[in-house]
Amino acid sequence: MSAAPPTSRALLSIVDLRVRIAGSQILQGVSFEAPATGVTVLLGRNGVGKSTTLKAILGLTPAGSQVTGEVLFDGVPLLREPTHQLVRRGLGYVPEDRGIFAGLTVAENLKLAERVPDPDYDTAYGLFPELKQRSRQRAGTLSGGQQQMLAIARVLLNPNRLLLVDEPTKGLAPRLVTEVADVVARVAETVPILLVEQNLGLVRRVGRDAVVLAAGTVAYRGPIGPLLDDEQLTRALLGVGSHSRVREKQPEAAPQAQGMSAAHGAGGTAQS
Amino acid sequence: MSTFILLLLTGLGLAGLYYLVASGLSLVFGLADVLNFAHGLFLSVGAYATWWAATNLPGAGSEGLGFVLAVVFGVVAGAVIASIVELVLIRPLYRRTIAQVLVTVGLSLAGVALLQAIWGADPRPFPRPAWASRVTMIGGAAVPNSSLLLAVSAAMVLAGLLAFLRFTRVGLVIRAGVEDRSMVTALGIDVRKAFTLVFAIGGAAAALAGILAGVQFSVVSPGQGTSLLIFGFIVVVIGGMGSVTGTAWAAAAVGLLQQFVNYYASGLGDICVVALLAVVLLVRPQGLAGVAGGAHA
Amino acid sequence: MSTELVTPEQAAHQDQRWRARWWPVVRRFLPVGVLVLLAAVPYTNLRIPVLFDRPLNAPGTLHLIAICLVFGGLALSYDLMFGRTGMLSFGHALYFAAGGYGTAILLAQTTWPLWTVALVAVVGATVLAAVLGSVALRTKGIAFAMVTLAFAQIGAIAASRNPGRLTGGEEGLSLDGRRLPEALVGVVNTVNLYWLALAFVALVAFVVHRIDDAPAGRVLAAVRDDDRRVDVLGLSPYRYRLLAFVIAGALAAIGGVVYVLLIGGANPGLTASDLTLSLLVMVVLGGPGTRWGPLAGGVVFAYLDHRLTAVGTSDVVERLPGVLSGPLSEPLFILGTVFILAVYFFPGGLAGLAQRLRGPGLRGARWLRGRGLRASGRTPS
Repeated sequence: MSAAPPTSRALLSIVDLRVRIAGSQILQGVSFEAPATGVTVLLGRNGVGKSTTLKAILGLTPAGSQVTGEVLFDGVPLLREPTHQLVRRGLGYVPEDRGIFAGLTVAENLKLAERVPDPDYDTAYGLFPELKQRSRQRAGTLSGGQQQMLAIARVLLNPNRLLLVDEPTKGLAPRLVTEVADVVARVAETVPILLVEQNLGLVRRVGRDAVVLAAGTVAYRGPIGPLLDDEQLTRALLGVGSHSRVREKQPEAAPQAQGMSAAHGAGGTAQS
Repeated sequence: MSTFILLLLTGLGLAGLYYLVASGLSLVFGLADVLNFAHGLFLSVGAYATWWAATNLPGAGSEGLGFVLAVVFGVVAGAVIASIVELVLIRPLYRRTIAQVLVTVGLSLAGVALLQAIWGADPRPFPRPAWASRVTMIGGAAVPNSSLLLAVSAAMVLAGLLAFLRFTRVGLVIRAGVEDRSMVTALGIDVRKAFTLVFAIGGAAAALAGILAGVQFSVVSPGQGTSLLIFGFIVVVIGGMGSVTGTAWAAAAVGLLQQFVNYYASGLGDICVVALLAVVLLVRPQGLAGVAGGAHA
Repeated sequence: MSTELVTPEQAAHQDQRWRARWWPVVRRFLPVGVLVLLAAVPYTNLRIPVLFDRPLNAPGTLHLIAICLVFGGLALSYDLMFGRTGMLSFGHALYFAAGGYGTAILLAQTTWPLWTVALVAVVGATVLAAVLGSVALRTKGIAFAMVTLAFAQIGAIAASRNPGRLTGGEEGLSLDGRRLPEALVGVVNTVNLYWLALAFVALVAFVVHRIDDAPAGRVLAAVRDDDRRVDVLGLSPYRYRLLAFVIAGALAAIGGVVYVLLIGGANPGLTASDLTLSLLVMVVLGGPGTRWGPLAGGVVFAYLDHRLTAVGTSDVVERLPGVLSGPLSEPLFILGTVFILAVYFFPGGLAGLAQRLRGPGLRGARWLRGRGLRASGRTPS
């Protein structure tokens, strides 16, 4: 297993993370690092504990669960800190179920997320103009794709040092998958991301390093390319082939936030 | 017709009482997941504080502005006690829901016993302004002013709460927190501060309920809080926990139902209310305004 | 006789082996032994100074112990729902009262013999539990707690409003001595009532422990911990909860019958929510989900409730300054405060304390710590 390029200092260090929820040991000693640039992708089969890892970092595991180990964010240990405090160190979270508040309007959802006196609405509305149009709409009435955009826009309002993003393309139509992929790629240019994702096309496009979880520990750590190029390894660790009908339409196209072209774009999410 | 108007307005008065009791419960449960059994205690605290103030606080009395002063004193007492309870007893048990429930149970038992020890178990006459014992003629019906007072007060509290939730930042945090508390913390917001505020609001509303109940029934006793509390619970479950408007509708339904049925068949009204509860649960377990399978059923 | 020189290590080792061999046997028969001892109490005139004013076989003492036993059994029946299945019911008093009031009402209104009356009352209360439980269990967690409370409130209202002059209203309904078998009437027969209470406790312990040890008991524990797992196994959490609810209700009803015989009548206090709350306190103080904890909690609570009233009106307390003597004369104040302290510092209750003295592994405490009530099956955070 090759290590990450030596020039990237580790921003996030996970050391021997163990999580026990309702009597079952989900994570049994997970250790990896995420550098201060680029996208580190957390991969693994369904249910292996990828979301749990993100939640453990943020302190969002269910009440009564036991979390041991060490999580260092730029040298600062996170595990004993309350969630709201550690988030203020510059961690942005886009959860798996999007976590937007259905009873609040789009504008209110955004307003709630503001952490600084001068939030960056330009970037948020710039990437997602549709949100601006739907400002006064109740977030519960948005479509899945729109909710996902809201969830992402929300974190972009604040200066982030690391984003934790959990399956942003889950359940989205192919066209939206492309849009989200574009956004993720764009955001990754300025902010490092720890990304949980099953869509290998997206992973290949934006990901730099991979951390693969299996049986509660890390089974592979290294660059994305070699992993996905090795069909056998991919199939063994992830349960799917890396080349299964996942294609992008134009890898380096300038991201069109409203890219509505009906052209047959990136394939469906690779569901294992 | 005049009977109908009488029943309607007294029913709304009763609904107002239930709403005042239930609104705090609903918010506290919706936001903090705490089943506050000591809520009945806040009711009694408010009532006794006003009772004490009317005779002991300079400037306060049972008439006019003096009465208002006594009421304010009682409401503030309720809010303060509630805040202290949250800070000292509930907060250290953050996320340990059953332990929190147990503590409120213990507190309700001990608190009522304490009140009993200080002021005795017997009902005491409650100070009330003369106009509260009178009636107003509306459409041929002699409506007790105390009922009108209850209905109007509750309506004002409802309006105030809705405005607070809609237009303030804390209100926004509370609305979001009721839906998904952990996500609010993931946005960097310390929800616990909102807890104390919600407890305080609940305590104030409960205190007001206790005071107005004292005005209506013209007595105050240590156990008063408990019986009202149970109806408060029923209203919260029917209306959907955490929903201010749902609680209002439920309170109206329960108050009117109880009043109308009790008029035609004394005692049956309470049973009908519980039957309504059962029906709502069978048909829509999350309550009228609750979210199906949502954060708080 | 040969003298053996044994090293300290060997002695300790032998000691351990002896204990490992005999302790399980002792443990198994300890409950039976205690039962026999308790049954023999009426035959001794032992005096226990601080605890009881009179010798053990005095009717007053036996009566007190009997009441404590009834509450012990009642608390254990409550724990079948709370500690073992994870259901927070605020309406358990209803079935206790149904058994008690049922007996009193039937005795007054019919000419049936006591045992028939008791049977009908208990069966009626069980059916009531089944019906109300099936509705209430449509909800979980806090909503369930509130619904059970509401149902119990109806019982309370019915008892005090005295519909059809059946329940005797605020004063309750006394039992007419002429309708009871001779053996249960009169101070001299307190001992028979005492044995009846003992039999009740033995019955509850037997039933609950049998369930604990049976596969059903493991399902109940699974339902308590995470009912999605039970779903996945193809079992219905609803059915198991209902089962626990109904059995607990039936046991409570039997307790109600015994209690009413003990105190000579039924009164609205049986239906009060305070009673269920007290049960909760008993169970938590004793140690929820543990084998004997709830029983111990019930016995101790009932005893303290009674004694503290006596202490409260005693000279010692009267002489204290008003600020102290007032609250201290109310047993519930003391018990409520102790309860709050216990939740903080002794979450495992008496059973947890006992375990702590014996070694690590606090089952009761772990049960309470970090346990969230799931209103909709989703874990709170």
